[in-house]
Amino acid sequence: MTMSRVDVRKTYKLFIGGAFPRSESGYSYVVHDSKGAFVANAALASRKDARDAVVAARKAFGGWAGKTAYNRAQILYRIAEIMEDRRPQLVQAVRQSEGLSGSRAEKVLDESIDRLVWYAGWADKLTQVVGNANPVAGPYFNLSTPEPTGVVGVLAPQESSLLGLVSAVAPVIVTGNTAVVVSSYRRPLPAVTFAECLATSDVPGGVVNILTGDATTIAPWLAGHMDVNAIDLLGVAGDTELATSLEVAAADNLKRVRRAPAAEPDFAADPGLEAMTAFVETKTVWHPIGV
Amino acid sequence: MPPSPTTATAEDAAAQFSDVTRSDASLRGFLHGLPGVDQVGADARAAALGTRSIKTTAKAYALDLAIRMVDLTTLEGQDTHGKVRALAAKAMRPDPADATCPATAAVCVYPDMVATAKEVLGESGVHVAAVATAFPSGRAALDIKLADTRDAVEAGADEIDMVIDRGAFLSGRYLQVFEEIVAVREACARADGSSAHLKVIFETGELQTYDNVRRASWLAMMAGGHFIKTSTGKVQPAATLPVTMIMLQAVRDFRETTGQMVGVKPAGGIRTAKDAIKYLVLVNEVAGPDWLDPDWFRFGASTLLNELLMQRTKMTTGRYSGPDYFTLD
Repeated sequence: MTMSRVDVRKTYKLFIGGAFPRSESGYSYVVHDSKGAFVANAALASRKDARDAVVAARKAFGGWAGKTAYNRAQILYRIAEIMEDRRPQLVQAVRQSEGLSGSRAEKVLDESIDRLVWYAGWADKLTQVVGNANPVAGPYFNLSTPEPTGVVGVLAPQESSLLGLVSAVAPVIVTGNTAVVVSSYRRPLPAVTFAECLATSDVPGGVVNILTGDATTIAPWLAGHMDVNAIDLLGVAGDTELATSLEVAAADNLKRVRRAPAAEPDFAADPGLEAMTAFVETKTVWHPIGV
Repeated sequence: MPPSPTTATAEDAAAQFSDVTRSDASLRGFLHGLPGVDQVGADARAAALGTRSIKTTAKAYALDLAIRMVDLTTLEGQDTHGKVRALAAKAMRPDPADATCPATAAVCVYPDMVATAKEVLGESGVHVAAVATAFPSGRAALDIKLADTRDAVEAGADEIDMVIDRGAFLSGRYLQVFEEIVAVREACARADGSSAHLKVIFETGELQTYDNVRRASWLAMMAGGHFIKTSTGKVQPAATLPVTMIMLQAVRDFRETTGQMVGVKPAGGIRTAKDAIKYLVLVNEVAGPDWLDPDWFRFGASTLLNELLMQRTKMTTGRYSGPDYFTLD
């Protein structure tokens, strides 16, 4: 008689400050595939994990924003390379989470990697598009340039677990912000694998922090957090009541808010610049000419 | 039942140990006769006490108590009068946005900054502590150390933080260390007959063993120190939970023996509100609730205060605060 092999029932962890800690709360939750079968356990992030992630993101901000745009482009491109290396694992995660066929899941991964490469290219070009040399009536250069906002809370889309995630995170970090990301609640595993890609690329610890768990419980703490400078409400798309209360909480420290759409957008479409420009601020400098 | 601390004086205690402190040999005999510290046990006990969960009203009480126990410290070569004035103002009103926030216990500065700090603090009740005796190394002749101390006291210091001569201590010249502490304590006397409180810094990071920490504690208490303090903050490791626990055991045992209460001040490396609360748990469990008072327990810290204020704000407003809302210092 041959013994059947015992399955390894994995319990994934969070990604905070470049490390993979368990949730401070000690809780995890069961993740099912699209057909309802057990896949793995994911850490259920608590408000204290969100707090720790904000501290990590704040600590990483100076160094990340201070890198040259060219260097940030290289690092984003590096993430794309690592995702390419982990192709089978990511395809599997997307198939299980979203119930797609193999070829459809491959296509989603292609689009995700292309999206990263696309945003990587914008790192040293956004300034040229949204910045300006303003004509002024005096012997001065007057230059407006986009600057990163700071620590950005990102509620990742609930349905599009990889392409949506990448489309939400890449535009935030490419301009020099750091991010605290709350993954899709029911489809967290692509985010976990994405975190593993980040950890093995050149992204400094704390630039992207990924919390798996329920956005509806964590988001109020991020929205009210006085040390978070902006929040993207993509992950509560369609939940008008919650989105409104988050906007009210965010107003306390004048957070920039990227408002929740009525429904999750089609992430395969051209994203435009809006996701980047939502999280930059314009700095204008006067400089005397001819001194 | 230990005698009430008010009935025993430092002189009584000193008299009780006059036999011990008569000669180097008798002092060494006494200090080496103290029970050894079980290092593994001490680490484990301190770690276990650090796991206590302090929540809601107890946490609010602990945060306010910790703020009242802070010796807000700036001990840098680049200190300016302006910085000391700003720090002193902060010590009196740590959170300008909240009138219910208590003041800190003291500001701790170099002797040349005492007058500046005193000018701002006035009669606010916030003390001025000065580090003296060739802080932080303690490597100077005794008369220079004493002059340093007298200068600080004359400038208005309420408390003097002295460093022991670790070189002498480690080479076993205990009587020299003892006599130096006694001499500095005498130099703390003011013209009007009162005297500044004396805190004795061991620099536990340089004492190598927990046994030495226990010996240094007894040595300083017998010499009449009002406080025993872990570190200067200039040497790593600075204050740790197990070291502070051993010092708390020493002050507890000293009170049982002499009736005299001595304070404890961990300094350096205590940065988060959570750490501070762990220390308070330790104080309560090891020395007892009598020490849960700014007169008997202090934190030497600079960044800790902002962390305590942020936690306090979190408790009153219900949302996490950020460093943008408190002064940089």
